[in-house]
Formats: sequence, C-alpha cells, structure tokens
Amino acid sequence: MRGITKRFPGVVANDGVDFAAATGEVHALLGENGAGKSTLSNILTGLYRPDEGEILVYCRPVEFSAPRDALDAGICMVHQHFRLVERFTVAENVVLGDHRREGRTFRLRYRTIERRVAELGERYGLAVDPRARVWQLSVGEQQRVEILKALYLDARILILDEPTAVLTPQEAQVLFETLREMAADGRTVIFISHKLHEVKAVADRVTVLRGGHAVATVSAAEATPRSLAVLMVGHGLGEGAPPKARAPGEVVLGLEDVSAAGDRGGAAVRGVSLAVRAGEIVALAGVAGNGQRELAETVAGMRAPTGGVVRVAGKTPRPGDPRAAIRAGVAYVPEDRLGTGLAPSVSIASNLALKSYREAPASSGPLLRLRRIRERAVELIQRYRIAAPGPAAPVRLLSGGNLQKVVLAREFSGQPKVLVAASPTRGLDVGAIESVHSYLHEAAAAGVGVLLISEDLDEILTLADRIAVMYEGEVVGETARAEASVEEIGLLMAGGNDPRRD
Amino acid sequence: MVAVPAASLVFAFFASGLVLLATGHNALSSYRRLFDAAFVANGALGQTLVSATPLAFTGLAAAAAFRMRLFNIGGEGQLLVGAITAAAAGLYFGGSGGPSAFAIAAMVVAGCAGGAAWALIPGILRAFFRTNEIITSLMLNYVAAYLLTYLIFNTQSYWRQTTGFNAAVFPTSKDLPSSALWPGATIHLRGGILLPLGAGFAVLAAAVLWVLYSRTRFGFEAQVLGDSPRAARYAGMRTRRKILAVMAISGAIAGLGGASQDGDFRHTLDADPNGLQRQYYGYSGIVVAALARYNPFAVLLVAFLVGGLQNAGNTLQGADFPSGLVGVIQGIILFSALGGELLVRYRIRISRRPAAAPPAPEAA
Repeated sequence: MRGITKRFPGVVANDGVDFAAATGEVHALLGENGAGKSTLSNILTGLYRPDEGEILVYCRPVEFSAPRDALDAGICMVHQHFRLVERFTVAENVVLGDHRREGRTFRLRYRTIERRVAELGERYGLAVDPRARVWQLSVGEQQRVEILKALYLDARILILDEPTAVLTPQEAQVLFETLREMAADGRTVIFISHKLHEVKAVADRVTVLRGGHAVATVSAAEATPRSLAVLMVGHGLGEGAPPKARAPGEVVLGLEDVSAAGDRGGAAVRGVSLAVRAGEIVALAGVAGNGQRELAETVAGMRAPTGGVVRVAGKTPRPGDPRAAIRAGVAYVPEDRLGTGLAPSVSIASNLALKSYREAPASSGPLLRLRRIRERAVELIQRYRIAAPGPAAPVRLLSGGNLQKVVLAREFSGQPKVLVAASPTRGLDVGAIESVHSYLHEAAAAGVGVLLISEDLDEILTLADRIAVMYEGEVVGETARAEASVEEIGLLMAGGNDPRRD
Repeated sequence: MVAVPAASLVFAFFASGLVLLATGHNALSSYRRLFDAAFVANGALGQTLVSATPLAFTGLAAAAAFRMRLFNIGGEGQLLVGAITAAAAGLYFGGSGGPSAFAIAAMVVAGCAGGAAWALIPGILRAFFRTNEIITSLMLNYVAAYLLTYLIFNTQSYWRQTTGFNAAVFPTSKDLPSSALWPGATIHLRGGILLPLGAGFAVLAAAVLWVLYSRTRFGFEAQVLGDSPRAARYAGMRTRRKILAVMAISGAIAGLGGASQDGDFRHTLDADPNGLQRQYYGYSGIVVAALARYNPFAVLLVAFLVGGLQNAGNTLQGADFPSGLVGVIQGIILFSALGGELLVRYRIRISRRPAAAPPAPEAA
C-alpha cells in the first residue's frame, strides 16, 4: 500500500501511509486505538476506498469498490467480532462467503465441503468438527472457523484484528503456531494488535502506526517491548508506579455464597464467597464467560441472585434493584460501555448525569437543572481530559478510550464505596489503559473497595492486591499478589485445576 | 432538521403534479385551487382548523410515545374511546343553558382517562409480557371502532337516543346537552374564523409535552430508555413504570382529541360509519408526528398544513377536481419523508463494477 490517505469528517484517519507485507511473513500492525489500524485494514479489505494512494497486490495495482473485490484478490479478514451464522454448521459457515466452487451451485455438496474443512483443519492445527453448529462452539473454536473460512477461500493475505482479545494465554499460543504455519506456507498474515508481547511473540516484522502515520517498520526480533511502546505512544512509558502499600480497611463488599442464573437459564454463578475491603483492589481473573459478568451484574443490582447475600458497607441493598445498589454506594463500570454504561445517542452531559439526575443539584423536584448538568459536564470533561466536541454532543461520537473516561468520570464522581470494574481496559490503547489504571489506584487510595474483573494477567498483576480466579461460575483459587505466578493463574483460568476433570 | 420534511413536501407536490399531468389535469391550477380552499377563501381557515385540531391531538399522542421508541399506533382507537367516555361525561354532567366549565372539565378528564386506559392495555402487555405494542395497539383500534358501533347500533346503551320519532326509525346517539358544548373564540377576519376550544387544548398539550420532555427528570428517563433500555436499567430507572406512564400520556392526548370531537365539532357521540370513524385521524396523526420529527410545536404546524390539505380536498371534491388527489399527496409526503431519512443517512452512488482482479502470480 502506497501513500494511503483516508479522511473522515474532522479527522485524517490515515495520512500517507506506506505499508508493505511480504509473502510468507507474519506482519504486525501495531498502534493505539485511533491510530488508524482499523481504517487501514478496512481499506485493504475493500470496505472503504482510500482518498489518495494505491494498493498493490502481488505488484499489481488494484482498486476495490466492494469487499467482494478484495476477496477475489485473495484478501480475507478475521474480525474481532465474528461474522458467523450461529445456527449454521461450521461447514455451512465456511461455504457461505464462497461464490466459486460449491457455494456457486444451487445444491451444496456438504460431504465435499466437510472433507475439505477437515483437511484444512488438520493441516493447520485448527481442529473443529465441520458438522458442529457454531453456537455450540467456544469462542476460540469460533475463531478457528473464521480462519478456516479464509483458508477455504484460498486467501493468500489474511488479516486478523486483535485475534487474542477473546483467548486464554494457552489458546493464544496455539493460534500463534497456526499463524506461523500459514506464513511458512507462503501466505501473508497481517496481525493487528496493541499488545506488545504478542507482537514480539508472533511477528516477523512490525509496522507501527501513530496518529494516522506509519512511524516505523522494524524487525520484531530486534525490537524490545519498550522500544515498540515508545514508537507507539511517542514517549517513554512509566514502568507502572509500584503500588503503594495500602492499609485495607473494613469489608465494604461481602459476597456470601452468591449464585445467579445466566441469560439463557442455568447457573452462571455458583456459590461465590468473596470479600473486598476498603482501599483494596481485588482482581477477579478468568476467561470471559465464566460467570464474571453475571457476578458483576448481581453486585450492581442488575441481576437478581438465585441464592446468597450481597452486602455493601454492612447493609444489604434490595437484590435485583440497580437503584438500591447505586444508593448503597456501588459504582459499576460495565464491560459493555456503549449500550449499558452509556446511552449512545444521548448527550455527553446527560450521560455524565445518568446516575445523579435524580438528586440535587442536578434536579430540583421534577425539573432538571440543565445549566448545572452542563457545567458539571464541562468540569468533568476537563478533569478527566475527555476529548469531546462539547457536552451536548452525542456520546457515541467518542472513541473507545474517551467513552470509558465518561463512564469512569461519572462512576468516580458518585463517591462510591465499592467499584466494580468489568474489563475496564478492553480495547483501549496504551495511553488510555494507563489513565484507567491510575484512576483505579486513585479510587483505592481514596478508600473505595475495587473489584476488578479482567482477563489480562499483566493488568491484574500490576493492579491487584489480591487475586481470585473464576472458572465455570466458581472461585477456584484466591491468592495475594505476592504469591501469584502467571502460570498458575493461567492454569486456573483454563480450568486446569478443575477437580471434576480428574 | 427541517430539510428532509420540507424537501419531502416539495417532492410530494412535484410527484403528484406529474400524476395530475398524466391524467390530463392542469397541475398548477389544481394546486392554486387547493391552496385557496385551504387557507385563503372565506371561511377556509376556520374549516382548516376543524381538520387540524384532531390531527394535532393524534400527532402529539404519537410523538409522545414515539419519542421513547414506544410505537403506539393506537391513537385512532384511543381517540374513539376518549370520544365515548367524554360523551358519557357530557351527557351526565351537562344541562341546559350556556357552556358550563364543570361539564367541560368533566368531559376533558373523562376523555383523557378513556384514552389513557385504552392505551394502557398495550402498555401493560408491553411492560410485563414484552408484547409488541405496535400489533396490540393497532388491533385495539378495530376493537374500539366496533365498540363504538355496538354502543349505538346494537344495544340500548346510555349513549343511544331511545325516545323520539327518528330514534325509532334509525339508531342514533343522544345529542349533548347545550352546557356540554365547547365554546370557541371568534376572530373577526375573512368572514370570521372560529377558534375551537380544542385547538387551545392542543397548544397547551404541546407546551406541556415540550416541558416534560426537555426539562424534567421524566423526559430525561424517557430519552435514555428510548435510546438504550439496558443503560436505563443500569442507571436504576424504573423501566416498566415509564412505559406505562408514557403510554398513558400518549393515550390521554388522543382521548382528549376524542373529547374535542364531541364537544367542539360533532356535539354528539358520532357513531356513523361514515363519520368520525372514516376520518382516520389516528393514522394521519402518525404521519404528522413523523413529519414533525416528534417535536411538539412542529406537530402543531404540520397538523395545520395537513389539516388544510384535507379540508381543501373535502371542499373541492367534485366532478372537476380529482378526488383522490389529497390522499395521493399525503401518501407521497409520508413516503418521501421516510425515504428522505434514508438518504440523509446513506449515500446512493451508481457505479459500474470493475472487472474482477486477475489471479495474481504466486511470487510477489
């Protein structure tokens, strides 16, 4: 890709980006959120057209006017959010995007397709049953289906958008091997990420994007995480201030034998007991889907427990009533920022007042005090350095990091006793992650009991005082940070310690 | 904000002009007559207000619910039920003599209550059983219409005229007593324009709605709930209560429109199959609300324009004027208003697909 420029109203997402990936290499595209990675890959897959610049595939200039054209040129993308039909089988999903071979004819010859899928799976270590229905598969398996889809289409250039976001460390290792295998086969793998150690682990070369520019292309072997981080954010990173010794106070959040049902029925949380003290950060580690979200929602009153008691600062707020939880002093940063944590089309000012609009000074009687709400929003936007066009702009216009800042600004300003933060840094760039972390530290220092739900072990190890691991709805282990090792936690997260498996 | 509705109006007139030309009419003169009959001729404005007042009520009713993405299509039924309950109040509390504030107030309250109760049926179903309110409220329109017919034609109800010569020949409703008739203000202009009391109530309702939605906690919650029910629950809002309240408000406004039909215009419970039921104010109100983008004051303006159109259509209907014209125009307006929204969001571009890229050689 040469001199790619793409402008959106108000921003230049890509500014003269040169990018070249060679046959048979894993090439990482590294950058913060908003650095232009997604835009660049969307151009490469034909979703957007560049305003300037040209794309060459195997030395031939091409012009994509639709994603179909990119597919025809052998370029395939595995999106972060899978594009699979849940009710279809693996084989059906694989043939879905195909408009040559079997997909072209009226009748589908499933036997042939299934055989080919199985062959491909074996060759690249992507074992999935071609007859399984997608909804029955784990997230890791679904990702394999996405990759199989690309291989089935004979994609010679494969783009993966943050593929490890949904995987355990062990699963990620397997994925890396698959990617190396594919590169060795003469394919080109473009790996989009903002995790430094992953890029180090899997890539041959790394192109770093910053603010829409390609700032450098370096060899992964010669780069250090530190040098990459400097390229990515443009300045040196603090080593993560060593957590100060905090004297934990009394228990502010007490869970006693709490159980809760999942969205599709069935127990999602099974008899969890946990205590969080004032001024302490307790991390709840675990792979997504092991009951952490349900547990967080139970604490926040959004889900009624089927058993057990949730105590907040000694009181028991009415279960299943978010307003009671808010009154009791529970702040909640939900995993789903836009949609649960924020109302997308509503203004930033209103979203900042989402929990305080009921009381003075945001309202008096039934009337809102719009000026006060606005002033407060301006104040919070400044204090939390939220990059926003203004308090009246709909919140959905903000980038991921700024959305999270809006949520955090609101939750912290409510002077909570307990803060439940579910994957608060997921999908954020390094700079935003750092500020989220410092806000969490601040909260703990101010005597808030923080329950941090995260899959990111680095994050857990830098932040938490204590670590509990959740697996299939239960807490399977709990340790102080000092005694914790990444391997052991990773093993617990993957259910390696599950007595039922013995 | 204004561009799409305005453009769709222009487009509708242009497209209907083509229809007129194709059928051998002079488009310009037809439009001139239309405009004249709606807003200029002697007595035209008064007649336009007669058509516009119910549209303002049903438009406001639709806007109130649609703002929270609660699709209450039942304005029609709520208006009819409001007319039934208000007529009962008028018959009961009215007497001889001049307009009585008490009787009129009773009609207003009864109309609002009737409409609200009718709207609460889909509201409760939606809030507690997650039933689709579009379907239930729509179906209840038919129930309300049949109920109205039943009350006068199939039973000796309180509303039916049972004494007198005519009543024995043909079933009719009782006339409202004179003190239950709503007074109007006359503006001495162009032969006198009668400003019905209902029009005043509509303006009042618009103002109340505006304050409610833009200045109160209630409106704040409705806005968040309409945008993201999950965020509303997260913020501790009482979702079910809000659905019930908004449906009740929406129904009450439509029901007030029904009361105004009784008191202002028809002076009886109009059960004639070709009367009130044939006007379809409830459905036109949805068009009005959509064109007004659910802004209460814009609803008033749009109701006035659409009312003028309907009034002119009625006045001009005859051998030399295409009777379907007004319906065609109204349909095209709605069509282009909805289509216009699409054009604002997406860009249509016609291009020829380039030939598929040739298969590339294996080596780069």
